[in-house]
Amino acid sequence: MAMPISQSRPTPPGIRGWLLAPEPKGVGQALLQQLYQVWLKFREHPLGLVGMAVILLLIFTAVAAPLLTQYDPIAQNMAIRLAPPSWEYLLGTDNFGRDVLARIIYGARTTLNIIILVTIIVAPIGLLIGTCSGYFGGIVDEMLMRITDIFLSFPGLVLALGFAAALGPGITNAIIAISLTAWPPIARLARAETLSLRQMDYIAAVRLQGASSGAIVLRHILPMCVPSVIVRVTLNMAGIILTAAGLGFLGLGAQPPWPEWGSMAATGREFMLDSPWVIAAPGIAIAAVSLAFNLVGDALRDVLDPRGGE
Amino acid sequence: MTEPLIDIRNMEISFASGFVKAVRGVSFQLGREKLGIVGESGSGKSTVGRAIMRLLPPTAKVTAERMTFHDTDLVAADEKRMMEIRGKQIGLILQDPKYSLNPVMRVGEQIAETYRLHYPQAGKKAAEKKVLEMLEAVKIRDPQRVFRLYPHEVSGGMGQRIMIAMMLIAEPEVLIADEPTSALDVTVRLEVLALLDELVARRNLGLIFISHDLNLIRKFCDRVLIMYAGRIVEVLKASDLDRAQHPYTQGLLASLPSIDNPPARLPTLTRDPSWLTQPTIGA
Amino acid sequence: MIDVENLTIRFGLRTPLVVKGVSFTVERGKSFGLVGESGCGKSTVLRAISGLNRNYGGRISLDGKPLEPERNKAFFRDVQMVFQDPYGSLHPRKTVRSQIIEPLRNQNLPIKENAVSDVLKAVGLDPGLGYRFPHQLSGGQRQRVAIARALILDPPVLLLDEPTSALDVSVQAEILNLLADLQKERGLTYLLVSHDLAVIAHLCSRVAIMNAGEIVEETGIEQIRSGNVEHPYSRRLLSASRAYGKQEQRPVEILTSV
Repeated sequence: MAMPISQSRPTPPGIRGWLLAPEPKGVGQALLQQLYQVWLKFREHPLGLVGMAVILLLIFTAVAAPLLTQYDPIAQNMAIRLAPPSWEYLLGTDNFGRDVLARIIYGARTTLNIIILVTIIVAPIGLLIGTCSGYFGGIVDEMLMRITDIFLSFPGLVLALGFAAALGPGITNAIIAISLTAWPPIARLARAETLSLRQMDYIAAVRLQGASSGAIVLRHILPMCVPSVIVRVTLNMAGIILTAAGLGFLGLGAQPPWPEWGSMAATGREFMLDSPWVIAAPGIAIAAVSLAFNLVGDALRDVLDPRGGE
Repeated sequence: MTEPLIDIRNMEISFASGFVKAVRGVSFQLGREKLGIVGESGSGKSTVGRAIMRLLPPTAKVTAERMTFHDTDLVAADEKRMMEIRGKQIGLILQDPKYSLNPVMRVGEQIAETYRLHYPQAGKKAAEKKVLEMLEAVKIRDPQRVFRLYPHEVSGGMGQRIMIAMMLIAEPEVLIADEPTSALDVTVRLEVLALLDELVARRNLGLIFISHDLNLIRKFCDRVLIMYAGRIVEVLKASDLDRAQHPYTQGLLASLPSIDNPPARLPTLTRDPSWLTQPTIGA
Repeated sequence: MIDVENLTIRFGLRTPLVVKGVSFTVERGKSFGLVGESGCGKSTVLRAISGLNRNYGGRISLDGKPLEPERNKAFFRDVQMVFQDPYGSLHPRKTVRSQIIEPLRNQNLPIKENAVSDVLKAVGLDPGLGYRFPHQLSGGQRQRVAIARALILDPPVLLLDEPTSALDVSVQAEILNLLADLQKERGLTYLLVSHDLAVIAHLCSRVAIMNAGEIVEETGIEQIRSGNVEHPYSRRLLSASRAYGKQEQRPVEILTSV
């Protein structure tokens, strides 16, 4: 009732005009307009923008790694072992004489790798199980949710440890292990959303068109759950990065000599007092990236899910 | 009109997110009368009611040449003074009592709490007695029983009576009712209206009755403000609604379906941009 | 066109009946109104007919053929529904165009090139709105989209569940006119559920008045207009609906029962 009477305002020319045109001419324009509206709202969250900048920097670093440093992250040079930060080695060198900055930069690739793989494994599984469970209810719900409970009852790091111990340490196994413990919260979330969506008239309307249950779940319910799942995955990403780093730290993630922030921190531990840069650099990188995901997640929650409130 | 209770001149309200002002240049005075504010959704009618109570979200900007309740400036008054005004001097009744009552507290206790908030010197017993009197005044048959009920145990009509009791117990001078009967069935609606009518008359209150329902306002109010797009487009006596001058008012009246002699087609409104700027008719 | 015989509905096993043996017949090409106050079971009856609620007793027939509670796909090409709240009945993340095509996709029907713009024009909307999302439309426009979505399958029967009660009066008038026009053009059969006797009187030729899960009276609209109703509840509803109608014909009868 308290909304302004009309939203009419002069449409600016150019690309913004196209993005704000009241009557989009095609699906592409309509979708981009929606994205632009999300961006307009996201822009109002300064912390979210900071987080976004860090994540973009991470992506850029990972992609452009060879261009950003002249050093090989793996080649050892015992002559310059544990050199403190200098103009030549901005963040110093580690116990094998490798440039720490180069290892951080290449380590971004590992981190990004984990993030992307976990997301594309976890989000679809969680969404599918959650929406099916919520929509079909009854025995289907009962079974799927008990399976979810089983996975939920494992402490994440311990399951990952066991998994890595059974299948052998390595980045792939670490990702599988993390994904195994990361999907249940997504499934629970999607199920809760589905339970309320199922009551909506627009779902009833689709049922009255003779749509099959599969079509209703996939084409009508699932897209409605995506925004909150994006928010949740983003917020959980910090935990995933920390778990990955933890596995690396324990020697169960990426295997040496390949650079990974967690294992870098683990080796740096021994030289912490005399050469703090060896542990500080990966530590800060891990903290910055997890914080960035949390900030973006918070901002996204406000933008995509207004129910969360201020 | 003798000394008005509420005097508003040139009130403007805008929201941070809006490009257009929600309320523009609204002026009216409220005496001890039943004043109706009619308009469609988005006309700003509820915003006016909430602005008087200062219940708008912080993003809202309210300005007015004059906006007073007796001698209190409602724009400038501090929050402490507003707390006194809200409830004790101006009561507000909303559309759905379900959302206005605390679901985990017995209704009688809620009313008593309201009473003791405004009359801290009253004892528990005295407050309870007052509540029972009040429940009786709103024609609840078994006040003792209703006192102990929880909000989910009462029907819509009963809930609205309870709200009225709660609002009147502090003996305010002005009552603002925002769509108080829209959530009720027709048969119950009339009972609640008759009750409100009687109480307002007996206590000599000023009532602002906000509604989208022209027929309701016509039967119930003394004077009507018709709002369109944030402005008052016409002011007239409720009994003169059939002689309304403004095409918007006429259009609204004509577009109502009727049980008796329905027209083959209902006349529909053609909105004229000049309505956004024309001066108020009948002010 | 629609025959309902002794329809009973309850929610849950040991709960009282919500609909207690309701029977009525809707003739082809006519509008039948089901009026009553909140909780009387009128919408429940409509949902049972639509196939949304399969747990009912009694018999519902369409065009003389009894229906199974579990409706087959073809049924939905004959019967479509328009919901009360146009804010809740359109998918928030789909464009107008894709919502209107959706019934054709679900029925595996070919999508003709002009189908969407034709049906949008038929409900009085500018085809240029096709790529908008529901939140970019007004309430009246949304309800028109909902009607367009129901019409794209060209069903002979429309179930209307309080189609105007969430709308402003001026918009309500437009939608009522549109529904009347569509019926005339396409010979549609309407079953209209409403709490507003005036809306029913405007659109329908026959009315059933429901109270507490039963039809207390079924009558022609002329009887309603002339105040010639028998059942005490019908009288009460009529006098209350009239009490603040356009013409004040009789003194307001204030009812004191709660």
